[in-house]
Amino acid sequence: MITNILAITAVVSGAFFLIVGSIGLIRLPDFYSRNHATGKSDTLGIMLVIFGLILLEGFSLNSAKLFFAFIFVFLTNPTGTHALTNAALNSGLKPWFRKNTGKGDGACTGK
Amino acid sequence: MMDTFFLYYTVVLTVIIFIPLYRVIKGPTIFDRLLGAGAIGTKTMVLILTIGVVYKRFDMFVDITLAYAVLNFIGIIAIAKFLGTGKAKE
Repeated sequence: MITNILAITAVVSGAFFLIVGSIGLIRLPDFYSRNHATGKSDTLGIMLVIFGLILLEGFSLNSAKLFFAFIFVFLTNPTGTHALTNAALNSGLKPWFRKNTGKGDGACTGK
Repeated sequence: MMDTFFLYYTVVLTVIIFIPLYRVIKGPTIFDRLLGAGAIGTKTMVLILTIGVVYKRFDMFVDITLAYAVLNFIGIIAIAKFLGTGKAKE
């Protein structure tokens, strides 16, 4: 019973981080900031969900495979976002800056 | 109780997966579209796992998840390598 509660807690917090990553992917103004949002929150969310499923499954062959999936996501999801960012930087995509208008904290110029 | 929880969890996860589709359709650059596609792919991994819990065939769906993760990673790396040179395309 206590294992079920821990598993449900881990799975629901993983879904929360997945929601945060998705909203960041829509709301942020630039490619690089969007990459930052989805590269970190999604990795943490997926790892939390897989951890909760390992707790639910117990000690078996399936949980060993899930542990391999855990390690794989931990290694390859940041690698993929880094490769994508490197490709964008090499092909000349400019980062977004807040325009300094002298009034207040500046207007948003992101398209 | 756990089956009902994972059934509703799968429905919520499907709604979450539809959110980055906006960035795929309406992204200003090709990299935004690619990033949205990658985000959809990594979230689909979790969806396949929870579908395995709902269908009670977890041993089969874990293997599908591992293969899907490898394919998604290789696709992202290949397209990033392909787009890594030249000007940013609109």
